[in-house]
Formats: sequence, structure tokens, C-alpha cells
Amino acid sequence: MIPTLSIDDLCISFPRHGAPIPAVQGVSLSIAPSECVGIIGESGSGKTQVFMAAMGLLASSAAVSGSIRFEGGDLLSADTAVLNRVRGSKLTMIFQDPMTSLAPHLKIGTQLAEVLVCHSGMSWRDAWSSAARILARVRVPDPKRRLHQYPHELSGGMRQRVMIGMSLLCEPALVIADEPTSALDVTVQAQLIELLRTMRGELGMALALISHDLGVVAGLADRILVMYAGRIVESAPALELFSHARHPYTAEMLKCIPSLSGPRLARLPTLAGQPPQPGEQLEGCAFAPRCPRVAARCRSERPLLSPAGAAAVACHFPLPA
Amino acid sequence: MNGAAEALLQVKDLRVDFGAHAVVRGVSFELFEGETLGLVGESGSGKSTLARAILRLLRSAHGSVEWRGKDLLTCAPAELRAQRRDLQLVFQDPLSSLDPRMRVGDTIAEPLRVFEPGLDANARARRVAGMLERVGLTAAMGARYPHEFSGGQCQRIGIARAMILNPKLLICDEPVSSLDMSIQGQIVNLLLDLQRDAGTAMLFISHNLAVVRHLSHRVLVMYSGKLVEIAAPDALFNSPRHPYTKALLAAVPAIEPKLKGAPAALRLEEPPAAVRLPAAGCAYRERCPYALPVCASTVPPLAEATTGHWVACHRSHEALIPLSLPA
Repeated sequence: MIPTLSIDDLCISFPRHGAPIPAVQGVSLSIAPSECVGIIGESGSGKTQVFMAAMGLLASSAAVSGSIRFEGGDLLSADTAVLNRVRGSKLTMIFQDPMTSLAPHLKIGTQLAEVLVCHSGMSWRDAWSSAARILARVRVPDPKRRLHQYPHELSGGMRQRVMIGMSLLCEPALVIADEPTSALDVTVQAQLIELLRTMRGELGMALALISHDLGVVAGLADRILVMYAGRIVESAPALELFSHARHPYTAEMLKCIPSLSGPRLARLPTLAGQPPQPGEQLEGCAFAPRCPRVAARCRSERPLLSPAGAAAVACHFPLPA
Repeated sequence: MNGAAEALLQVKDLRVDFGAHAVVRGVSFELFEGETLGLVGESGSGKSTLARAILRLLRSAHGSVEWRGKDLLTCAPAELRAQRRDLQLVFQDPLSSLDPRMRVGDTIAEPLRVFEPGLDANARARRVAGMLERVGLTAAMGARYPHEFSGGQCQRIGIARAMILNPKLLICDEPVSSLDMSIQGQIVNLLLDLQRDAGTAMLFISHNLAVVRHLSHRVLVMYSGKLVEIAAPDALFNSPRHPYTKALLAAVPAIEPKLKGAPAALRLEEPPAAVRLPAAGCAYRERCPYALPVCASTVPPLAEATTGHWVACHRSHEALIPLSLPA
């Protein structure tokens, strides 16, 4: 079976004052058809850049190496004409801010129908009715009227529904959702997670869900990748990750989530220190300065991502399974 | 709501209108010395507007905000200015709330220049250096500019600026919402430490219910410009009484794998735009699965259901409202 997306040894760096600053270092991953993979990590961990590279949306100054294949075809070396046939139709992306990712001066209907006119060669009339159908599908009330509205007339949650609808218009094989609910209220977030779950069930597309919020990822993902300082440090089935995190970073992150039940705490659990600064290269493990399990070896030798059952962990001293 | 102690801040029937839109619609509460009040609600519920109205940063506020016996809304400008040294604000976006062209040491020193003009430059520098260290930075960092700091560090600077005058009340408007999970706890703990040392009262506005649960003495829940529930965190989180509070709690995504895939417990609908507020009755009734005819005609008053637990709901006296409903 050909994976929907397969990334091998991806490295991305951006120049600063003439020197390359690595943002992503040796990331390999694969997403199977219909699989939902969650990618979690803090800001600056490189999680978004990996998928911006897949979409061909990296800043032009970025230096990229490695390979990214979508349904077997190479994306990195593909020219723009080839990329344009794939992205927006079979490979789509939803962004965090639903206001800035819709064009403010075009009607919702125009923006949706345009996708079908460009990718499926539909007439505007047919595309317009398909657009109404997709809005109904993503539970936008009164879709025919919405088509004639502008983005500012919709609430944040409705705009994000429109974005989700737009990403589904051409029956994509993979939808990349980058922090799709982070800008929204918790009640709206719950509805959108539910919507993504339903759409996956109905349409069977694969989903890459990028978030810093473990709760959002927990509700949807089959498998979770944890990124830290530009690398994948742990990969595990979702249930296993939440019950038996192997990497100390994952375990510490889980401890930092304040709970809604149990005893109230006088102080919140924290992870001391900060992630490495961009460009700060550590000889050993990037998490060593903050790690409660750190040993001498961690500071001199970088641990590689090694398989451990259904999971993989990049740590010299992982927690027991 | 009532205690033996004298309230530091007493907000009575506070209203804010923006044109024809009522954003804060009659809010009353008290805040006691050293107390932390959590304020939760969705965007658009009026949380930030309420905070700004308390500090008289808005012209269109009505009602009264009694601060140590003086009404901040009607007192003379000179009096207001004198009181403001004890009322400080920490903003959500740590970077944009700092002047990019000012060294952060100067930013932190500015309240001292305004309120303690007699202080000489050396003494001021010592206070700033001490404050920088108090918030977990180094004195040398005072010479740098905001863009040289991470989001978490910028928020520490914003807290240093707010705390340098030892205010009696610190209003924090979503102070950790833009920060990563591992940094959020550090900032919340810093606020708690400073509060304990200085005895500062805190109004902590957040949509992160779990954070509010751990740090608040009491929690206010706001919906469409009104307080719908006030309770101690244990009461509020273990036995919420207002249907909106229940919905809010049910919406928090659960990490516990056993809950994965569980159907949504409550019907959650989009919050109404201010213009679409029902003309009469309870503002929540159109989203409320428990609404009765009376909810459409009469606004439920905020009433004490059990000691210290206030609810604005016609059905709050009904002991058990089932949590799971057909969607």
C-alpha cells in the first residue's frame, strides 16, 4: 500500500545573517490512507514547517533537503504546474486563523466555487451548487444565503467551517489542519473537532492534525508524533502515548496540563527552562537542559529515533513502557 | 458574595454600551483583599470590556465601581490617577503590549517615574533590577529591547511593569492564552508567588477553565454581558448549576483516552452575536436545552442557590439536570 504522504529525512533551514538556521532536522514520517496523525510540539518546534514544505508554501529563502512524496509522487522537485494540480484539491490545508485565510473582498460562494472551477473544470453554475452542498455538509445553517455573504459577516466558528468545507471540495486524500481550533472558543472548538471526526468518517480522507493542544489531538488522532527543536522525539499510537509516554519531554508535557478534576493545586506543574533558541546547536539531546532524567551521555551524544514496539522514541533513557 | 471582611472592590450594576449594543449588562460583584477571582466566558461575553470599565478606560460605563470607598467612575481625574497606581493590568499579547522602541528596563521604570517622581535614578535602577530578578529575568536584560525576548519572557516583563508599584489589585486579561503549555504554568506560578508576597488581589480573566480552577478563590462565569454563576471552584467545577457553565465544562477536550470518541454531552451552539440577543428573558435560552416558557419572558436574577453559590437560572433549584442529552 502506498502511503498517502511519506516524508524522508526532511531538513529545512532559513538563512539569518548569512548562516543557515535549521528549523527542521531529519524528519521522517508517513501517513497511511484514512489515518489521522496528530503532530504536537511547542511554537518553534518545526511542526508547521514540515507541512508547509509539503504544500510548497515555505518562504523562498528556505533551504530544503530530503524527500516528500504524496501518493507516490515527489512534491519537493515538482514544478509549480504539477503542484497546483495536487494542492487545493487532493492535498489541502486548513490554517489557524479563519479570517486571514479567506479573501475579505470575495463572497464565500465565489471562493468555494473557484476551487471547483480551477481543479475540476466545472462551470460556475455547477460549482456554485456544489459549494452550497459542501456548506450543508459541514453543518453551516442556511448555506444558499451564506454563499452570498462576505467573510466578515460570519463568526469565527462559521468561517472555520467554510475553510473545512473548502478543503473537502475535491475529495482530498489528505487534509492538513494546522491549529484549526486554537483561535476559537472552547465551545466552538468542541463542535469543530466533532465536525472533523464526522467528515473523516463520511469521506475517509487522511488527516494531519497539527496542534500544541494535546486535548484537541487526543480526541481525533490514531497516532501522535511529538516534535521538539526541529526533530521527532516520539511517535506512538494515541492511546499508548497518553497512558505510557516514553520520552521524558512527552511525559513532562502531559504533567503540565492542569486538570478539571482531582485536587486543586497551589501551584501548577511546570517544565523548567525554555526550548533551545533558533540556531542554538546542542551536541547531545536538545531536551537535555530541561530533562529530569538527564545523564552525561545525553549531553554528548544525540539519541536517534528508535523503534520500541508500535512506538518509536529518541531517548537514551526512555521511561519504561 | 457577602463576607465579614470589607470589600476592596465593589462593582454594582455596571453597564457598558457601545452604540446600540449593550456589552456589559448589569454586573455586580465584590473582590476582597488578597483574593483571586477567576472570570470565564466565551469571546464576546464582555470579559475584557468589564475589566476596562472597572479601570475607567472606557467612557461609556455606567453603574458604580467602588474602590476602597471611592467610586472610580465618578471621581475627579486627579483622584482617579492617584488610585490607578494600585490598579494594574497585564495584557494578553505580551509583545504588542510593550513599546518596541523602549528598552525593557525603561518600560518597567515608567510607572516609577510617574508615581514616585522623587526617586533618584540610582534608586529607580535598583528597583527595576530587583523586579527583573523577581520575575525570573536578569538585571542585565533591562538594557535589551522587546524583540529580543520570547513570548514567555515578554509576559514576565509585562508582569514586572504591573507589579513594580506593589498594586493592591492586578487585573490579568488572558495573560497566558498566547503561550505554550510548558510556559503557561511558569507564568501562572509567578503570578501566584508575587500575589502571595505582596498580598495583591487578582481578577484573572481566561477562557482556560482548568487554569482558573486551580488558582481562583472564586469563579465568575459571564455570558452575554451578565454574570450567570458565581461559586468557589470546587462547587463550580464539581456541581455547576447554570446550563451554560455545564456546556462550557463539557466542551473542554479530555486527555483521558477512555473519553475518546464519547459523544458530545451537551448541545453546543454558536454564541449569539450581540445584535442577535433575545429581546426579553434569559440571553442563553436559545442555546439552552433546558429552556422553559418562563425563560423567554423573564430574566432570571442572580440568586444564592446554596451558601456562596450564586446562579442566574430559573431552573437552578432543580437538583439534578441530566448531563447527557440527545444531540
